[in-house]
Amino acid sequence: MRGAEAADAAFAAGEVQGPLQGIPVALKDNMCTRGMPTTCSSKILDGYEPPYDATVAARLRAGGAVIVGKTNLDEFAMGSSTENSAYGPTFNPWDPATVPGGSSGGSAAAVAAGTALVALGSDTGGSIRQPASLCGIVGMKPTYGLVSRYGLIAFASSLDQIGPMTRTVADAVALLETVAGFDPLDATSYRGEVPSFGRSLEAGVAGLRIGVVTELTSEGIDSQVLGAVTSMLDDLAEAGADISEVSLPSTTYGLPAYYLIAPAECSANLARFDGVRYGLRVEGETTEEMMARTRAEGFGPEVVRRVLLGTYALSAGYYDAFYGRALRVRTLIRRDFERAYEDVDVLVSPTSPTTAFAVGERAADPLAMYYSDVCTIPSNLTGDPGISVPIGVDDAGLPIGFQVMAPALEEERLFRVAAEVERLAAFSARPALATSEVVAS
Amino acid sequence: MPIDIDIAKVARLARIALGEEELERYGAQLTAILEAAEQVQALPTEGVEPTSHPLPSTNAFRPDVVTASLPRVEILAAAPETEDGYFKVPRILEAP
Repeated sequence: MRGAEAADAAFAAGEVQGPLQGIPVALKDNMCTRGMPTTCSSKILDGYEPPYDATVAARLRAGGAVIVGKTNLDEFAMGSSTENSAYGPTFNPWDPATVPGGSSGGSAAAVAAGTALVALGSDTGGSIRQPASLCGIVGMKPTYGLVSRYGLIAFASSLDQIGPMTRTVADAVALLETVAGFDPLDATSYRGEVPSFGRSLEAGVAGLRIGVVTELTSEGIDSQVLGAVTSMLDDLAEAGADISEVSLPSTTYGLPAYYLIAPAECSANLARFDGVRYGLRVEGETTEEMMARTRAEGFGPEVVRRVLLGTYALSAGYYDAFYGRALRVRTLIRRDFERAYEDVDVLVSPTSPTTAFAVGERAADPLAMYYSDVCTIPSNLTGDPGISVPIGVDDAGLPIGFQVMAPALEEERLFRVAAEVERLAAFSARPALATSEVVAS
Repeated sequence: MPIDIDIAKVARLARIALGEEELERYGAQLTAILEAAEQVQALPTEGVEPTSHPLPSTNAFRPDVVTASLPRVEILAAAPETEDGYFKVPRILEAP
């Protein structure tokens, strides 16, 4: 409320803070907010109030945005359904019997239902784009380094990136422009000038070369999802784009490589949750016993699974066979993309192999859950930007997302194509549980 | 390579106190995940440089000037136990 009053006062005084002045924004609860609980949806951070703002939170406040709340996520952003939260699952506003995707499922559901106009999510293997797809909104992962990770509680540092989740492509541009840019507090922050991303939203796709990724439009993709994507490709061709098929053979190995790299990094990053400096502590006779009990009590099953997996993959004797191999596969995937971008301007695919799946359907089968991110993981491994735009619904009335990928720092091109996809799809369906219509500026 | 996990050892390395039943369950799940992840060994990667990071980053330097740190009292306020301005933990060494 105080933020809203401050925005009102700024408006009254004729002060212009930026495009998000007075706009209600929700933040995924793995971004630190000073004096406001930040839990990562984990028991281990229960009651933690950070003494500082994440850079994105500070930039939103400076831009006059009103942080209306923190949103649910899979614990420590590990998951694809927002079922792995110590505070209970989030449901999909299109059909509460289905999941909203994850791990930024709370942010996706909030924007879809209209309880926040825009939101920030974080994307390590698709955690912005996949829930955006399942909730029928726009979700975008920027180039690695474009948005500061300072104050984003780390999951896998070489893959994590914060990005916008919004109703429209133009809103995504406005939100990204507010939070992007060099930050001395993040050593991996991009040091160059941040260009304006929204200059070509009206430029269309005439003459643009669009590559359809063969490996992400074949087996394992739901037929209705493929149908919607194919029909969008026809529309893009009619709008003047030059469509071709592009094979990225190494992407087939993206999923297994990711499930070695991300847990390895997570096992190192989550070592800090040990009952010493913040959050939960379970007493023990010795410090080691206290730490082991705290971590057993504080981490949920998916987090334990990944910490153990990462610890194993990094341990002596197995490092070369697993983690070392995965890092080399990551190089091969990057090369595939670099080669592809010699011939095409952007690459496209479905965002998610299926629409929203039933609550509980994949909870007992980690591998089935992991497959949810097969189309989105490659962009995290390469560091390139990607965006999901809603293009239609399936027979059950559940949204289908279309993914556009571009080379690093080519956000302007990415948004240009995304804006055309948005115009062509004219997606206007609204979820059953949406609150009264929020009017976008 | 057959997957052979000493899950109790892995849990000890990770500092997570798990019971027998949990160890067994996680051991089986890890085996299944690693068997799937073994696919990465199918690609020939000899002579391929590993990519540990997406940016071709070198050192990130900043000017060597003192900047404000977070107030100690606020940091300590979040800790489960403190004493005299320090974090406090149980004893580190085993009893003799």
